[in-house]
Amino acid sequence: MERSTYDLWVGLFVVAGLVALLALAFKAGNLGASSIGSSYVVKANFDDVGGLKVRAPVKASGVVVGRVTSIRFDPVRYQAQVTMKIGDAYRFPRDTTASILTSGLLGDQYVGLDAGGDSVMLKNGDTIHLTQSAIVIEKLIGQFLFNKASGGGKSPSSSTAKAGGL
Amino acid sequence: MANDPSIKVECNILVFFHLIYPVTLLYMSSETLVEITNLDFSYPNRAILKGINLSIPKGQVVAIMGGSGCGKTTLLRLIGGMIRAQSGKVCVGGEDIQGMTRDQLYGMRRRMGMLFQFGALFTDLSVFENVAFPLREHTDLPESMIADLVLLKLHVVGLRGAAYMMPSELSGGMSRRVALARAIALDPMLMMYDEPFTGLDPISLGVIGKLIRDLNDALGTTSILVTHDIHESLNMVDYVYFISEGQVVAQGTPDEVRHSASAFVEQFVNGYPDGPVPFHYPAPSLQEDLRMGTRK
Amino acid sequence: MMVDQFVAQIRRLGHGVIDAVMRLGFAARFFMALILASGTGLRRFSLVVREIYFAGFMSLIIISVSGLFVGMVLGLQGYNTLQRFGSESALGVLVALSLLRELGPVVAALLFASRAGTAMTAEIGLMKSTEQLVAMDMMAVNPLARVIAPKFWAGVLSMPLLAAIFSAVGIFGGYLIGVRFIGVDAGTFWSQMQAQVSVRTDILYGVYKSFVFGVVVTAIALFEGFDAPATAEGVSRATTRTVVISSLAILVLDFVLTAFMLGGN
Repeated sequence: MERSTYDLWVGLFVVAGLVALLALAFKAGNLGASSIGSSYVVKANFDDVGGLKVRAPVKASGVVVGRVTSIRFDPVRYQAQVTMKIGDAYRFPRDTTASILTSGLLGDQYVGLDAGGDSVMLKNGDTIHLTQSAIVIEKLIGQFLFNKASGGGKSPSSSTAKAGGL
Repeated sequence: MANDPSIKVECNILVFFHLIYPVTLLYMSSETLVEITNLDFSYPNRAILKGINLSIPKGQVVAIMGGSGCGKTTLLRLIGGMIRAQSGKVCVGGEDIQGMTRDQLYGMRRRMGMLFQFGALFTDLSVFENVAFPLREHTDLPESMIADLVLLKLHVVGLRGAAYMMPSELSGGMSRRVALARAIALDPMLMMYDEPFTGLDPISLGVIGKLIRDLNDALGTTSILVTHDIHESLNMVDYVYFISEGQVVAQGTPDEVRHSASAFVEQFVNGYPDGPVPFHYPAPSLQEDLRMGTRK
Repeated sequence: MMVDQFVAQIRRLGHGVIDAVMRLGFAARFFMALILASGTGLRRFSLVVREIYFAGFMSLIIISVSGLFVGMVLGLQGYNTLQRFGSESALGVLVALSLLRELGPVVAALLFASRAGTAMTAEIGLMKSTEQLVAMDMMAVNPLARVIAPKFWAGVLSMPLLAAIFSAVGIFGGYLIGVRFIGVDAGTFWSQMQAQVSVRTDILYGVYKSFVFGVVVTAIALFEGFDAPATAEGVSRATTRTVVISSLAILVLDFVLTAFMLGGN
């Protein structure tokens, strides 16, 4: 076979391989999703982060606006400090609430932001003070059993399940 | 074919071309090209060569003969520097092959050509590319020049018409001729032939024999021929060495060999089954062996 | 008598170990010489390109067909298992992670060993037994640089690309079954996948793995060919050994690499 023929097929092969890699990175991976452009950093302290992980999404009204960049334990406050990167396009008031929520009953946890009414916006490096910790299922079940035992006919778990969006 | 003058003419063309483009430098100070002194070579459990002394004069065709497995091929490999001897010296063109570094050895090998027993053509390359291989590897000649050289070399061995065939399509004699064209591609000063006559029909055999002789004379090469085909080689060589059990047992010009009084040469030339080379491989006596068999 | 037999057994064991160690040493020297001889091959890149054609391009069909079916099976099995827990939405994650982290590099390497590795062993073995390598050496051309090193680099470069193609086609197969055939929501399939698959720890680790496998499989295939006894039987045995040894090496190395990657995470 001619050398140019080899060159052609090998070129095609290499292009196919690189396209596969790029497709994996953008279509299957989070390379496309994580590029939120320029961003600013916000911190929040939680009593309990539950199963929240680094790179978990930060959502407002269900739309991804940022990512969790680090989670560490603050030994002074005895609280977990979560650092997030939020896209520059999204601005939130200072009295915004951050809660750790779960997508589905067994889904992954993410940080949900509920905008407040303050006219001053969060800046780079600011801390969100209004936070709601993750719901820990053992606590939930304990509460449910307690309610049952105290004779309450209404089950709180059904409403939680609905709220969880299952 | 043997009397065909055309081969000679074509070889002269080659010489002419050689003058236009000298790929190699044939420098010679002495008359002897290859000098082997007191050479010992053995594999871990078997001695192959025991104190061989040979000298091969420049411009001659010298045959090294002996029975199968007597170390003839080993000798060629030692000259080519593929293996190293335990003691002794192999000098080619006055330089000791044994003490060379890899680069020096490669430099020396560019001036050597070797025809392997079955040609050893590269099976994934066409005949043309096979002959072009050494030229492409060792020269920066333009493509048109390479093509001319390759066709010329193929023409000399009579296979210009087969240039675009693959080695798998060639007969045994043809592939050996292609391999010969490849071996002379860089116009070597020393040609080595490893059993060039094995497994060829009488016509191909005659062709190869004539090519070896004519190429040697036309290119001013020196040739070493390792073979056990005595009748073909006695007609074309200048000198013969006989090797048996790792030693030179007889030597001489073809005429001397024909009238030699040596028992070994007599046995070899006439093909007697028994003689200095015994029919039986060394063993205890038959009686002893058989009695052992019955006892057990 | 018993003692004699016992001693003979011990001696055989010792002989086997010494042989194995010598072969290993020879293999290591071969590998070093191969790396040192690589300069020529890489300078004449057309030699490598030619070998990529045989090792990489010619493996494309088997790699993509296998990838498609592995992905489709993952789709079926994954859905079947996940729906018991009501987590069908995680199907995309399951398919993608299985392929990117494990099946892509490993299965592609196994296929590569049996498709391209055996071809390399047989070719080198035949070149050796027909004296082509010696002939080349006699022509002052180093066969290690001219024949073997280009094949090595071709294998090393092809393997990650083949593994990526395997994974990509596999994910497409999982998508076909999961979304098109079973009816998992396409949005969930992709968005869950994108949320969970990390470029660095999943995709790149897969690429690293397949790179290592490429080095190992190609080196084994070339060594077996180079070391094969110059007979038809010797070459056929060497070919078998290529498949056996490289498959074992792939699986063992996969465990080791995975342990390191998960440990370092």
